[in-house]
Amino acid sequence: MAGSRGRGRSQFSFSVDALGFGRGDSLPSSAHTPSPLFPPMQFRPVPLHTGEEVDYMLALKQELRASSKNLPFHIKAARTKTDVAHYSDKYQNGETKNNCIEWSPDWSRMPKELCIKVRKPRKTGAKPQLTRKPKVAAGKEEVLQKLETLEKREEEQHSEEEEDEEKKKQNEEEPDADEDYDEEDLEDETDYIMSYFDNGEDFGADSDDNMDEAVY
Amino acid sequence: MTAQEVRLCGLLLQEHFGNVVEKVGTHLIRSGVLTLRALAHETKLPLDLVKKSLCVLVQHGMCTFGAGRRGPAGPVEYRINCERVFHMLRYPRYIYTAKSLYGDTGELIVEEILQRGQMTMSSTVKTVADRLTHNMPEGQSMDYSEVVSAFSQLVETHFLQRCPLASAGSSSSGAVDTPLPVATQNFLVINSYDIYSTLSQGKRRRSSEDGEADQCAAKKARTDDSECGDDRIYWQVNFQRFHLHFRDQAIISAVSCKLDQSSSEIVRTMLRMSEVTTPAHAAFTQALSANEIFRALLSSYNIARPILDQYLSLLVDDPMEFVGKTGDSGGGMYVVNLHRALANLARATLESVVQERFGSRSARIFRLLLRKRHLEQKQVEDFAMIPAKEAKDMLYKLLSENLVQLQEIPKTPDYAPSRTFYLYTVNQLPTARLLLQHSYKTVGNLMERRLYETKENKRLLEKSQRIEAILASLQATGAEAAQLTEVEEMITVPERQQLESLRHHINKLDSSENQVDETIFLLKSYINSTQASR
Repeated sequence: MAGSRGRGRSQFSFSVDALGFGRGDSLPSSAHTPSPLFPPMQFRPVPLHTGEEVDYMLALKQELRASSKNLPFHIKAARTKTDVAHYSDKYQNGETKNNCIEWSPDWSRMPKELCIKVRKPRKTGAKPQLTRKPKVAAGKEEVLQKLETLEKREEEQHSEEEEDEEKKKQNEEEPDADEDYDEEDLEDETDYIMSYFDNGEDFGADSDDNMDEAVY
Repeated sequence: MTAQEVRLCGLLLQEHFGNVVEKVGTHLIRSGVLTLRALAHETKLPLDLVKKSLCVLVQHGMCTFGAGRRGPAGPVEYRINCERVFHMLRYPRYIYTAKSLYGDTGELIVEEILQRGQMTMSSTVKTVADRLTHNMPEGQSMDYSEVVSAFSQLVETHFLQRCPLASAGSSSSGAVDTPLPVATQNFLVINSYDIYSTLSQGKRRRSSEDGEADQCAAKKARTDDSECGDDRIYWQVNFQRFHLHFRDQAIISAVSCKLDQSSSEIVRTMLRMSEVTTPAHAAFTQALSANEIFRALLSSYNIARPILDQYLSLLVDDPMEFVGKTGDSGGGMYVVNLHRALANLARATLESVVQERFGSRSARIFRLLLRKRHLEQKQVEDFAMIPAKEAKDMLYKLLSENLVQLQEIPKTPDYAPSRTFYLYTVNQLPTARLLLQHSYKTVGNLMERRLYETKENKRLLEKSQRIEAILASLQATGAEAAQLTEVEEMITVPERQQLESLRHHINKLDSSENQVDETIFLLKSYINSTQASR
């Protein structure tokens, strides 16, 4: 209030010395930069817990992480079609497509609008193959064209079926490194390991700017 | 939802379900409630991918759907349950608890149900029995009835619960919105019909397969069978029950640290006796008389009756107030103070954080302020017995970190600094919330660092995986030692060292995540307990 301003003018409720600077001094300069990203720590952190329980939970965590990548709940977007048709496309039919779902949820528990085509599971793939074989045997006198189309369909379902078989194996067993190897070999019926196959997309993509040597 | 919580949710969804689900999930968290079309439009993803992601999220209980703002006639709206996403961080702890309580069978059951969200009893029993049989030596196979009994035990102790019934329609799914605690009673009952039908199916199938030695053929025969009779009954993990169990464990270990083993056994007995009778958010357990406690104590503890009385009075007098006395009948009526115990555990966590980050003298100031509520700067220096300059420094550092707050009490209506009291104070609840957010940020940082480390060394990791695969296949086909060593040498020694250090770092980061999650659990339980009591 104006009245009491004259009396006891510079008496604060705390002693001024405690502030760390005297009267009339300028305030310490304020920092103009944000605080550092990794501020230096005064004390070292306490070491982590150790013990059997901790190790077991660590192993569980890493296993869960690895196995969740193989479950059908791990959704990957389908590769968008590039302009050029590749030879390898014929052998890579089994990749995920956007419009089918890999597991079959209970549609009665979900809203109807989420209903989406379920990818054909292995067992229904097996039956048509069985019924086709007698047909092929019986229709010996059929036109060669029909045999060829049937063969192609068998190939597709065979590759689809083997992939589903692998997915089931991966779901039920502990994931181990064998899978990569088996999948590469069994994915299609070629003799070549798929990862060795080079699409040729990377050729010429590297810049030729710093080429001092000659190209052979 | 705070920014850190959204970030952590995104990282967790990405780790378990991939980038697509992460994009859909984070967008839905940020927007609150959305319809399918709006979600697809805003995330610019193809509609099918959005549908698939929502299916996954609904299956795991992370997304709920219900009639929208336009009522049952309008489009369905979706909402993400963030708490459920955070539970994904704690999966190893749930599985380990199930293992310690119910053995390997229980562990596998809980693991299967956690990974798939919800499952019917028959499919769980099938999968778990197959997995156990696979790990057993040749010739033995797992009996379905053992798995069924483990499953029913889990249900009886409420660790598993039935999923709420969903109505057949899409938008009139009001049943799904009913909160779980109200209707939980129905969902914990396992019908004897379910057990009987699964058991009989299992027995029938086993007898038909006794003649088959081949495992694969047996699997095929099983998958061809029609459904089991419990087709529409899905089971999910009851996280609340696990959390109550963790809370009890925390209290028991705190008592054993503070007092001794026997008192912790007494508290364990008390908690065990009141497990099913105490509701989830109760502040105290049911009152138990000393006679009952004595009868329920396991004989292996070897605690005589007068010793029990002494221990109980010791527990009651302890300043941590874990156990309280509510009456004298029956040799004394005792309760475990759950909410107070949680508050004390949270307080201990806060104090420990301050001590490890700022030193023991700052921790002394912090504890002082927690006890004495409001203190002036001079009083802080006097009570803490710390020289003025250092006390001022520490106080200001704590203030800048927001662990300590300044309360101004004016003597006059104009807040003139010369005529205002400045008091330092610590409020436990807001500080706990602050630390919880810090913990979320910490886990987010740990996960990002782990992803970065993995990405940096991706080439090396792939190479080592390929070499392991080659080695395994060579060993399977019976190659000689020379070939094996040749393949092993394809990884050079510096690469091996790099791999080793990478593995060490990732293990450390993973372990840290688990440990920070324990802090998150404590702080969250404390905050929830304060909210419940209001």
